[in-house]
Amino acid sequence: MGLLEAIILSVIAASTPLLLAASGELLVERAGVLNLGVEGMMIMGAACGFAAAYLTESTLLGTLAGILAGMLMAAAFAALTLGLAVNQVATGLALTIFGLGLSGLIGAGFVGQKITPAPELFIPVLTDLPFIGRILFGQDAFVYASIVLVAGIWWFLYSTRPGLVLRAIGDNHGSAHALGYPVLWLRTLAVLFGGACAGLAGAYLSLAYTPFFIAGMTAGRGWIALALVVFASWRPGRLAAGAYLFGAVTILQLHAQGAGLGIPPQLMSSLPYLATIIVLVIISRVRGAAGSAAPASLGLAFVPDR
Amino acid sequence: MRLVLEPRAERSVAAAIASPLIAVGLTLLVMSVLFALLGKNPLNALAVYFLHPLTDSYSLQETAVKATPLVMIAIGLSLCYLANVWNIGAEGQFVIGAIAGSYIAVKTQGTDAGAWVLPAMLLLGAVAGALYALLPAIGKVRFGASEILTSLMLVYVADLLLDYLVRGPWRDPHGYNFPTTAEFDPVAIVPTLIEGSRLHIGALIALLVVAIAWTVLGRTIKGFEIRVVGAAPKAARFAGFNSDHLVLLTFAVSGALAGLAGIIEVAGPVGHLQPGFSPGYGFTAIIVAFLGRLNPIGILIAGLFLALTFIGGEQAQISLKVPLDLTKVFQGILLFFVLACDSLILYRIRVLTSRRATDGTA
Repeated sequence: MGLLEAIILSVIAASTPLLLAASGELLVERAGVLNLGVEGMMIMGAACGFAAAYLTESTLLGTLAGILAGMLMAAAFAALTLGLAVNQVATGLALTIFGLGLSGLIGAGFVGQKITPAPELFIPVLTDLPFIGRILFGQDAFVYASIVLVAGIWWFLYSTRPGLVLRAIGDNHGSAHALGYPVLWLRTLAVLFGGACAGLAGAYLSLAYTPFFIAGMTAGRGWIALALVVFASWRPGRLAAGAYLFGAVTILQLHAQGAGLGIPPQLMSSLPYLATIIVLVIISRVRGAAGSAAPASLGLAFVPDR
Repeated sequence: MRLVLEPRAERSVAAAIASPLIAVGLTLLVMSVLFALLGKNPLNALAVYFLHPLTDSYSLQETAVKATPLVMIAIGLSLCYLANVWNIGAEGQFVIGAIAGSYIAVKTQGTDAGAWVLPAMLLLGAVAGALYALLPAIGKVRFGASEILTSLMLVYVADLLLDYLVRGPWRDPHGYNFPTTAEFDPVAIVPTLIEGSRLHIGALIALLVVAIAWTVLGRTIKGFEIRVVGAAPKAARFAGFNSDHLVLLTFAVSGALAGLAGIIEVAGPVGHLQPGFSPGYGFTAIIVAFLGRLNPIGILIAGLFLALTFIGGEQAQISLKVPLDLTKVFQGILLFFVLACDSLILYRIRVLTSRRATDGTA
């Protein structure tokens, strides 16, 4: 396997959890809800997914457990922010703190255990093709799922009626409510979907990417996924591009560390975070002139007048 | 039948005081269930967590030692949150303050530098914390970049910088390759209040910060501006308050307090700079700020309470063999309940039967 092929494969692997989690959050934010708890839902997906996969010896059941864990976390978020109109920023933070703690508690017994990593696709002739074979036809199911997911969200938002309603709710919940759309119910569904995606992203980390569990293994990926949504101006196409760009930065800094250029490894490790900050500033600056692309009702509590 | 929220006509003081207490009560209830699930006697476990630390003087002092950074950071954060801007990177500002202050301690090590060392360290720590917090604040007011994400990203950067310094240039040459600086010289150590105890003058500084914050928020125009900008941005604009200046100001003050807390922690209870010297004080302080209902006196009480959970958590780990992560779970649940109960100050929940619901919409 050539170096370039290896790099592309590892970029795809590093980008997939970001794309999975960010796709879900994009839909949530398009509905006007800002869930900052992605990191917490993701690490819970990683812990519960690994625990279930270890106990049942099934990657599929592990994945489902990860998705379910993310959804349960999201349900708590929905109950507070949508049911009780609690501040979304603070609740998202609480979700992350809670998730980091509970995942450590659940995963404690599984640290150091091994599972069989999620299998990779193998199609006799196609996967054997030079260079593109492994890249296009030799990935695990998560990678294909992430691409289907982001394409599906793009189709849903721009080509279906429920997608249009969802965007309307995110842009002006008052008007949407006046037109008779069930704002809080649709938002609840969106939040649960976002939780499922974050849980799936976490399950990918512990079932395919590593595959093992350690406390705090998401290492800020949930936060980077949130930044990607802003980077993408809340558009699915740009989100995919951003996720792969970001995966590339992550992998390139790893290779640069390995190459021993005399640069402190900590500086290289901080590149993804610094890149996020710089990109956020530049994107916000550029967009400042053209007006914000954020859904107008993003992060605002909605209490319907009966 | 369905449940709806209905805004309360007026907010009662009683509800404002009762809400954090109800939240604590509900959290303890959930924790009891968790303990039972872990196979521990809930009452016994709660006693280890919350009562035993109060029974001996060492633990009591240790509670004050741990409450010191929590209260200082939370006071700063409460200013941001009152102004409705979200500094969630206090942990990074805490670490940067510790690093900057330690610079003087490391560079004067073994020289006969005088009594100026410690004051200079504290000053540099506060300034560095403020500058570090200004990065996301400037990103927000100049470029419109979300301060939530940038301030959080800077936490990771600060942690990596700390790791680099103590493994590289600042590593103790006689430290058997452990990633830590040498123990600070006595002139670079925060003096203790009582001989032989770990309680240090940082606790007094924290009390002073509480008093100042209480005065500023309750008695000055600046405090009023902060609250108006947060609660009623339109009214603030009509009144001519400059919200950009307030974003910069609240971030700088909260960064300075976090940085000061950081260098006090390193030059006080810890005594040297090492990775992981903070058990997440910067994040726990967010909970302290909300549990204290963004009120300086409330924050003081909440800070002591959460400090107790750190100590109780350590003791429970030893005597009950429960994981240390249980403390984080506790803190997360507590924040959930605090936020939920706060909402009940603003709204009441009404149960609507379907018939009345239709009447309501008609």
